[in-house]
Amino acid sequence: MSNTTLKPKPTETRQNVVILFAGDSGDGIQLTGSQFTDTNALFGNDVSTFPNFPAEIRAPQGTLAGVSGYQLHFGSVEIFTPGDQCDVLVVMNAAALKANLSKLKKGGTIIANTDGFDKKNLRLANVAGEIDPLTDGSLTGYALHTVDVTKLTRTALEGTTLGMKEKDRCKNMFVLGFINWMYSRENALTEGFLQKKFGKKPEVLDANMKALSAGYYYGETSETFSTRFEVKPAPMPKGTYRSITGNQGTALGLIAGAQKAKLDLFYGSYPITPASDILHELSRHKNFGVITFQAEDEIAAISSAIGASYGGALGITASSGPGIALKTEAMGLAFMLELPLVVVNVQRGGPSTGLPTRTEQADLWQAVHGRNGEAPIPVIAASTPIDCFEMAFEAVQIALEHMTPVILLTDGYIANGSEPWRFPEAKSLPEIKPPFIPAREQTSSEGFLPYQRDERGVRPWALPGQTGLQHRIGGIEKQDKTGNISYEPMNHELMVRLRGEKVARIADRYKPIRLDSGPPEGELLVVGWGSTYGAIRTAALQLQAEGHSVAHVHIRHLFPFNKGLGPLLKKYKQVLIPEMNSGQLRQLLRAEFLVDAKGLNKIQGMPFTSEEIRTGVLELLSPAPKVSATSV
Amino acid sequence: MSTTNGTMPVEKIDFSSDQEVRWCPGCGDYSILKQVQTLLEQSGKRKEEVVFISGIGCSSRFPYYMDTYGLHSIHGRAPALVSGLRSVRPELSVWMITGDGDALSIGGNHIIHLLRRNLDVNVLLFNNEIYGLTKGQYSPTSPEGAVTRSTPMGSTDHPFNPLALVKGADGTFIARSMDRDPKHMREILARADAHRGTSLVEIYQNCNVFNDGAFEVFTEKATKPIHTIFVEHGKPLTFANGTRGIKLNGMTPVIVDTYAGGTSLEDLWIHDERDPFKASILVRLFDDPRLEGAMPRPFGVFYVNDRPTHEDKLRAQVQRSKEMKGPGDLDMLLKGEHTWTIQ
Repeated sequence: MSNTTLKPKPTETRQNVVILFAGDSGDGIQLTGSQFTDTNALFGNDVSTFPNFPAEIRAPQGTLAGVSGYQLHFGSVEIFTPGDQCDVLVVMNAAALKANLSKLKKGGTIIANTDGFDKKNLRLANVAGEIDPLTDGSLTGYALHTVDVTKLTRTALEGTTLGMKEKDRCKNMFVLGFINWMYSRENALTEGFLQKKFGKKPEVLDANMKALSAGYYYGETSETFSTRFEVKPAPMPKGTYRSITGNQGTALGLIAGAQKAKLDLFYGSYPITPASDILHELSRHKNFGVITFQAEDEIAAISSAIGASYGGALGITASSGPGIALKTEAMGLAFMLELPLVVVNVQRGGPSTGLPTRTEQADLWQAVHGRNGEAPIPVIAASTPIDCFEMAFEAVQIALEHMTPVILLTDGYIANGSEPWRFPEAKSLPEIKPPFIPAREQTSSEGFLPYQRDERGVRPWALPGQTGLQHRIGGIEKQDKTGNISYEPMNHELMVRLRGEKVARIADRYKPIRLDSGPPEGELLVVGWGSTYGAIRTAALQLQAEGHSVAHVHIRHLFPFNKGLGPLLKKYKQVLIPEMNSGQLRQLLRAEFLVDAKGLNKIQGMPFTSEEIRTGVLELLSPAPKVSATSV
Repeated sequence: MSTTNGTMPVEKIDFSSDQEVRWCPGCGDYSILKQVQTLLEQSGKRKEEVVFISGIGCSSRFPYYMDTYGLHSIHGRAPALVSGLRSVRPELSVWMITGDGDALSIGGNHIIHLLRRNLDVNVLLFNNEIYGLTKGQYSPTSPEGAVTRSTPMGSTDHPFNPLALVKGADGTFIARSMDRDPKHMREILARADAHRGTSLVEIYQNCNVFNDGAFEVFTEKATKPIHTIFVEHGKPLTFANGTRGIKLNGMTPVIVDTYAGGTSLEDLWIHDERDPFKASILVRLFDDPRLEGAMPRPFGVFYVNDRPTHEDKLRAQVQRSKEMKGPGDLDMLLKGEHTWTIQ
């Protein structure tokens, strides 16, 4: 920046920083957070984010219900989670402070917009006695910085023709500019973003740019802030990176799978939080032969995808718990037809409507068991935003190569969270080969057996339009090989067995199970699945560094299990399973492997912190380390 | 096999599958199966380009009896399956077989959306005003007061007027026929097949086990002339062997005499299948035939509209996207818009 008349302020280096932006859901918090994230990622930091917003689009302004938050963890070291507690809390109003103060470390920094702490805001936030926490001395344990963001923004925008409301909308850019200064980052990335976004509205663009640089200069000139910080680039593996959210990862993985199978992709979907972003992302890529179909309901969403798969496209549907419940019957049909289909469940807090914008892992049983009759469907789960890409690709592989519906579980935490991704080259992804069969010369379908299985138990995929392969399929029990209706008792038992074996054999394709960290045998194995990965990994590495015999394995395949899992579980004296539910994986593992696994369960709609995992492990381990646990 | 009316010599291209037909003897479904097979045999279509998709119910067993591609899906969801199929395979001839329970009760939400989107599918709605496969409960088309196994004191439900519903959902081809008039059914089916868009044909179909004679007044020789009116494009609405007609008094249809000093044919309602307003009135000719002065029930093609099909619009977007952005380059997609490099 050009202001050279001022003496540069001293800069302190930090290894990693957790910053939480919080404000009213109309304050542009998500944008501020994601812009600062991109800026840091581009700089070379490792990052992990956790957007946290209310279910209401515009909850009453200034109230606790309306608080929107965006947590970012960035560092010069490897980052696995958005951070347990924050170093810096940026709050736009009293409600934001009240809702988030407990997440701030002792002695952490608060940057507060004083305008959000007037009488009205204090009342709306239900602050006891409407006493301003910024001035009553209650925050003395923290480094408190107050900034009248509203006033400063308005001053910076004097002379523009925008109305007061529009001016105030630029507050978030002022804050972002200031934070950029504070962490020695430039405004360039956001300037580019603004130009693209408001290119056609020069006045709005101008105002946002002005607010952004005003915030930056405020940092440079204000005497309140004597120090800036610097977080050096992380020693990330060499290569080219981009930032990716889990839902983007899922969408790209699905497209990549369709491309590698040389198929069109049909996505049937009904809007639902937090899965809708997959629909939004896919609908932008029609040039990949992607057809998105916003169906009339969840049932039509999956049924249309089954119709598309029947026609020879890759049929996909996604939803969250309540929508998945509605799709259940059709999943049974897809299973019975033995057609490829990918069903993504971006889990949220349940049951029923539950907590739409919060996260949970409580749909595991629904995925594994939730159908009438014996209808085993492979279930796989993604553990990070990047893993969403990989598991979505694998879901496509399994669906197409084994002619079966596949359920991919992600959740709101990783779906909306983001991290830097060293994206693969297209050529490094394997080709996917569905069991198509050639058309015949004869027009008669005589002798064609649509349910004749190969050595993996997989039936051929004969497509309407192919000569001589006309056949009828349906949800009614079918005769072995011919697929004709059959109510014959022994045939039914045979078919149930054949369909079950086909799915069980999918485990043959898995890579051998691999520990994420820790000794190959020992005291305790932490078994995780899904989005708990970052918290468990961080905790496990720390426990290992502290000398504990603790290993971590993260399960991607929840049905059927990896064949190496059973033997692995027996190599440790204890098994602990942290889950954001009451113990669903634990029960599955106990049933399958007769292992006395213990649970660590959090059902608050919020992800685990690594400290919670670490404490849970220490409680199970011998009494000695328990002392150190309480001393933390 | 030959056609039921025996007038047309038919070459035996067998569209029937090797599966034994398992409807009750005397069921109206046999006649519909026969007419569809005959139509396809005469249409010159190849067996492999034809797909039948059904839901659940007696009628939905239909696909098993056709030597074409067939999918017997789940209750009420066939409209969604055909939507997905047509979206990815617009060159196929897709037929959807459904019943009054399947289409109008459990699948009611899907059928209206299929109609408004206008995917090119021939929908044959077998209406027998009863649930047959579940053994005799009232359906959403059963008349009020219908005594069935689930309504021993008579149904309290007001029934759907199926074609009014179809019109309300902006269906682009609306027609009615009956199992007992094979020639008419074949003509209507051929028209439905030729239409690009969702063609919905309601077929009155007798369930001789659970609701025998539900449409008797429309199908039997003695009562048919008085209680039915067969509409044809460009022709006046006449019935009772031409002795009566329907005239529009403003928006109100009235029955008039056409013979010996009655209303002249030119003053009658001239059927125009392209007129959406008249079609809305036509679908409302739905009187209970037992009532005094009841309007005759219309049969034929009520309405045709050529608006573009959904699959054409979907695929045009894919095409336009390819023209604008080029065919998908997976590496570019994975790379996204912003990248940075760690050396």
